[in-house]
Amino acid sequence: MTTTEQNIESILIPILEKVSDPEIPVLSIMDMGVVRSAVIENNKVKVQITPTYSGCPAMDVIGDDIKAALKTAGYDSEIELILAPAWTTDWITPRGRKALEDYGIAAPLNAEADKDVLLNGKRLVKCTNCGSTNTRLVSQFGSTACKAQFQCDDCQEPFDYFKCLK
Amino acid sequence: MKNENLYKYILGIADNSLILGQRLGELTGHGPSLETDIACTNISLDLFGQVRSYYQYAAKIAGDNRTEDDIAMLRKEREYVNVLLVEQPNTNFAYTIARQFLFDVYHFLFLTQLEKSKDLTLSAIATKSLKEVSYHQRFSTDWLKRLGDGTAESKEKMQEAIDGLWTYTDELFHQTEADKAMVSEGVGVDVTKLKEAYYEKVEAVLKEATLTVPESKWFQKGGKQGIHTEHLGYLLSDLQYMQRTYPNMEW
Repeated sequence: MTTTEQNIESILIPILEKVSDPEIPVLSIMDMGVVRSAVIENNKVKVQITPTYSGCPAMDVIGDDIKAALKTAGYDSEIELILAPAWTTDWITPRGRKALEDYGIAAPLNAEADKDVLLNGKRLVKCTNCGSTNTRLVSQFGSTACKAQFQCDDCQEPFDYFKCLK
Repeated sequence: MKNENLYKYILGIADNSLILGQRLGELTGHGPSLETDIACTNISLDLFGQVRSYYQYAAKIAGDNRTEDDIAMLRKEREYVNVLLVEQPNTNFAYTIARQFLFDVYHFLFLTQLEKSKDLTLSAIATKSLKEVSYHQRFSTDWLKRLGDGTAESKEKMQEAIDGLWTYTDELFHQTEADKAMVSEGVGVDVTKLKEAYYEKVEAVLKEATLTVPESKWFQKGGKQGIHTEHLGYLLSDLQYMQRTYPNMEW
């Protein structure tokens, strides 16, 4: 229950990597770190996924998409939603962070810097358009549960910031 | 039902989040500004997410093909055991913030203890929720200070909201029979032990917000026994409308 290790059979990795987060289509669910285990038992795949935020409406869709992708690859599957250990933004892979940035969503800072930008008005988040850190918080909450809204004061670009969740 | 106390105990936690989530959801498209509108509805979504985890667990315990949706949508008013605080209406933004703040401080303290529960499912839900609730608490504390220590008008409204809702705070620390049973099994949280830390924290923030701590010692109660204020019925008729009109409908 307490392990943070993923247990995913290597043959399944390329299949699962093709499934993307429905709200952030450039990001594979594997790079998001929501797949915690995937094992084949009697030609049936058992997959455990964990939600980013409790209320994330994407989880049901992610479950269905995984089933569909596995079906295409010839596997029946069973999806289980697990809560422990709780998801953290540390599980987003470096490739996932890059995909977020390329898509226009600033990747999460470390916990301390995150607090500074969200509570103390510090300018540390890098604009996804021009790279300046002359950016300010517009709203602590954003278009989805995992994001806050920022604006760049150099290029004026509004953008999302993926909040750090520890 | 085999484990009725646990079932009731879970509803005692979850109903608070459901009803508060519904109240906040009412602000969708009606918040005082775009940012606060999005914030309140984001918090609502977090609470609904937490509620699903609790009700799914409760449905499993209840057996009998019960589902999370039955529990949320098909009970009668007297069967909801949320505290009176969370069902209070969005009278104005000061009330919305005061209600949120008075609940968030409790919710955070409560979940910090529930994390240590011997029940692994409850402990997992608590760990997950705590991350979200600490963010809610930041938001409501921030706004409480901003409005309390703001203009003469915002201060007056914020004080009025705190005074108006204060009478519902004591009930948070009342123990039900299910509470007692679950505490003795190491599953539940002894809420009576949270009271001191709660009022300490709340009073410190009120002072920082240059607001007066209400002195009234008379408190309302009843929600945990299913005896609600007149506001809950209206809320439930909104919440349950679709299921009552089209029984068993699914999206």
